Amino acid sequence: MTRSVSLRLRVNGVPLERSIPPNRILLDLLREDLNLTGTKRGCDLGTCGCCTVLLDGVPTLSCLTLAKLVEGTEVTTVEGLGEHGELTALQRAFVERGATQCGFCTPGFLMTATALLRDHPTVSRKEIQEALSGNLCRCTGYVKIIEAVEAASRSGASPSLP
Amino acid sequence: MAKSASEPGGPTAEVRSNPASTGGYRLIGRRLPLVDAALKVTGRAEYTDDLKRPGLLVGRLLKSTQAHARIVEVEVSAARALPGVAAVLTGERFPTPFGVLPMTHDETALAVEKVRHYGEWVAAVAAQDEETCEEAFRRIRVRYEPLPVYDDPEAGQRPVAEKIHARALRDTNIQKEVFQHFGDVPRAFREAYAEVKVQGRFAGVNHGFTEPHCVLAEATPDGRLTVWSATQVPHYLHRALSEVLGLPLHRIRVIKPEVGGGFGGKSDPFPHEIACAALALETGRAVKLLLDREDVFYVNHGRHPTRNTVRLAANEAGEFTALDVEALLDGGAFSSFGVVTTYYNGVLALGPYRLPAFRYHGVRAYTNHPPSGAMRAHGGTNIRYSLEMAVDALAERLGRDPLALRLQNLLSANTQTVNEFRITSNGARDCLTAVRERSRWRERFRQLPFGEGIGVACGFYISGSNSPIHFTPRFPQCTVHLKVDMDGGVTIHCGAADIGQGSKTLLAQVVAEVLGIRMDRTRVAAVDSDTAPVDLGSYSSRVTFMMGNAAKRAAEELREILSRSAGEILGHPPEEMSFEDERIHREGSPEVGVDFLTAVHRAMEHRGALVASGSYESQPMGGTFKGAKAGTAPAYSFSAYVSHVKVDLETGFVDVKKVWAAFDCGRALNPLAVEGQIEGSIHMGLGQLLSESMDYRGARLMNPSLLEYKILAPQQMPEVECLLVGGEDPEGPFGAKEAGEGPLIPVLPSVGAAIHDALGIRFLDLPITPEKIFRALERSRRDGGAKKPPLPRETTES
Repeated sequence: MTRSVSLRLRVNGVPLERSIPPNRILLDLLREDLNLTGTKRGCDLGTCGCCTVLLDGVPTLSCLTLAKLVEGTEVTTVEGLGEHGELTALQRAFVERGATQCGFCTPGFLMTATALLRDHPTVSRKEIQEALSGNLCRCTGYVKIIEAVEAASRSGASPSLP
Repeated sequence: MAKSASEPGGPTAEVRSNPASTGGYRLIGRRLPLVDAALKVTGRAEYTDDLKRPGLLVGRLLKSTQAHARIVEVEVSAARALPGVAAVLTGERFPTPFGVLPMTHDETALAVEKVRHYGEWVAAVAAQDEETCEEAFRRIRVRYEPLPVYDDPEAGQRPVAEKIHARALRDTNIQKEVFQHFGDVPRAFREAYAEVKVQGRFAGVNHGFTEPHCVLAEATPDGRLTVWSATQVPHYLHRALSEVLGLPLHRIRVIKPEVGGGFGGKSDPFPHEIACAALALETGRAVKLLLDREDVFYVNHGRHPTRNTVRLAANEAGEFTALDVEALLDGGAFSSFGVVTTYYNGVLALGPYRLPAFRYHGVRAYTNHPPSGAMRAHGGTNIRYSLEMAVDALAERLGRDPLALRLQNLLSANTQTVNEFRITSNGARDCLTAVRERSRWRERFRQLPFGEGIGVACGFYISGSNSPIHFTPRFPQCTVHLKVDMDGGVTIHCGAADIGQGSKTLLAQVVAEVLGIRMDRTRVAAVDSDTAPVDLGSYSSRVTFMMGNAAKRAAEELREILSRSAGEILGHPPEEMSFEDERIHREGSPEVGVDFLTAVHRAMEHRGALVASGSYESQPMGGTFKGAKAGTAPAYSFSAYVSHVKVDLETGFVDVKKVWAAFDCGRALNPLAVEGQIEGSIHMGLGQLLSESMDYRGARLMNPSLLEYKILAPQQMPEVECLLVGGEDPEGPFGAKEAGEGPLIPVLPSVGAAIHDALGIRFLDLPITPEKIFRALERSRRDGGAKKPPLPRETTES
């Protein structure tokens, strides 16, 4: 009944080729097929930002993205941040400044902020607030998240992407 | 993994507090990152929906399309026959009612005989995949016979044609009615020099946690059932599963993975948890059931839509003489925590002010709305808003400065309220003076330009409910087991649920402090009912106080054992042993000592296993009258906030510029975590005040999505200055009290008061949307224009 289509892309630097149903959503591909469960499902409607991943470096809501449409791109998830098991400066700042509480929104915030800091190594508080406005956090009031992004920005370490 | 992340007490951890402020403790009082933060920033923390089991089936629930209707028939044979469907269940299969409070069991796993709100679940399907579940739903025929729909708790107080629940009072939809009277309220009002009356109206709000409810249940051939669930209270879930499914407790294992936020919304045992477990039993397999966001809004259990009336009287000196409160709560379709909520909406007005006379009439009525329940600062939020508005109005009437009037009326420490709450430590005065100074109150109040304002409000909250919900058998409220292995690692077993607030970190901190070891020597065993002793759950702000005390006692028991072992090795009496830097040495002579592991091994020579246990049970308290236990707590947090707002006079948009948040949580065990609770509370409270609302048209919820249910975005957050002013509580662990819920309470009225200071208009209908402000300004323009209220006659010196 369901046709399959082929899909080629890179996920966290690793080439991938597989056949998927044409209606496969990127979030399901990541979580269910590839077991990359760091990317979270909060609403399935693009309203919370928990499922944010980078598509060729651009923050994208994976719950609203058909997997087939990202053919040939580089997908980066939270599992792809950092090298050799080391945390990035941004991840360290999140840990040390108390920017995670329940942690469910954290991967989405990290992906959005990683792209922000790559494009704008020094950012103002207002720019951070605007960049993060598509991500919802119910625990922190965003205060410590914004502080963490500012701290990482000040530390000058540019975020590493595969 | 980076070093800083695995060593929360390590050198990279930011330490702003000085040793004096930490009372000489190494870990207590320090700004420590949460022990699970490294897992959370790498996507490695496991939430229920991240788990997979062999042969896992997908579970889904069919929603009711009626608000109130008799179920004539649920025809499921066509769905059962669909290939790929493993089980279809309806309400009759497990009809035993359950609920969080033992005296009001009125929820069922799936609707039985009738449905009581849109979105209530009428059937459950387990199938090979989601598409098959959806197809099965299309083949299920539910025949309803519509019943009268009740969407107004006011009407629910009068006789109704069809009671929503048979257990409602008389021929009404009243679920709970409370009368209380202390002192002589009528006389106090007769003799009052001044009195004010405030009528508040509050929309219902939802917890809005980011992780939707999720449960995974697996039945195994050894006759056991394992349930992983995103729950705040694994112990109540355990009990409910046992009661409804008819399995003994020891054959059910409840595991709580990471939970993506709770705020009270994951503290009831839920229908979907029972239904999923039932599907697992029916199929003999594993079934995972994830709610979509719409379902999260329909199952709700959020803050009650509320109407209240507050009358406050004072004598000529400005002393409050009586408080008279009426509250009407829209309970929605089920009871949930409703009995408690009904009491709390009155009695949580009884601090931090001296109130010699108090009368309360509270009603909670069932309606055909999704059920209301407990939400952060449960029962204390809406009454606080109206009370603080009344205090402000009274100050205006008396020509007094509202901050000074509050200072004048504060309860002292070590006293009792008129309804016999035992007050011990009380930092309310320090809170008020701290925000007065930091906000430069005297220069700003009534003196900012029109459209800009500043407001003050106080709050207090229970630090753990003194009476447990279940009192048979009489367990301690929390027990902690410690087990030390031959590797010297200390495993902490505890049933308390870390839902992001940091209770795992607190356990590690307390145990490591007492034993003089590094936090990374401890490991907190996530909640697993097979190994964890009972904890009554993460609600009523009880965890820091109760779990903290239990953990401290367990660690002290272990310390005694290790003191004896180290004493034996060193040839000195155990009472001379001191624990620090991973060593046990003779007090005053660090060179005469052994390392921690050596002492552990010595202790094991004699005992084999090295285990210790500690528990906490609060002492009996409260009066003997009906409802006397509601609101009793072994300690209370106190707070005072000042907020500064600027209102856009063209659009009615409120820009909250800054909140000075003074909070007495006793000794802050981890100021970084406490600030996180305060900042998060301010965000949540401002949401309820300014934009969040469960919007109903009749019984139909109009906005069950995070797009239309408006939670504040980062740009809308004010600057927050946290002022932790508490001393030490005499009974809290290391002097600590709660900080999880109390911080929400004062933000709403302090901003409400600031808007009044800005515009001269007191808004009493929440949320205060830009539209309401805009219309109020339009009206006042017609009446000659809004203007700043006058400066009080009283100088703002107190």
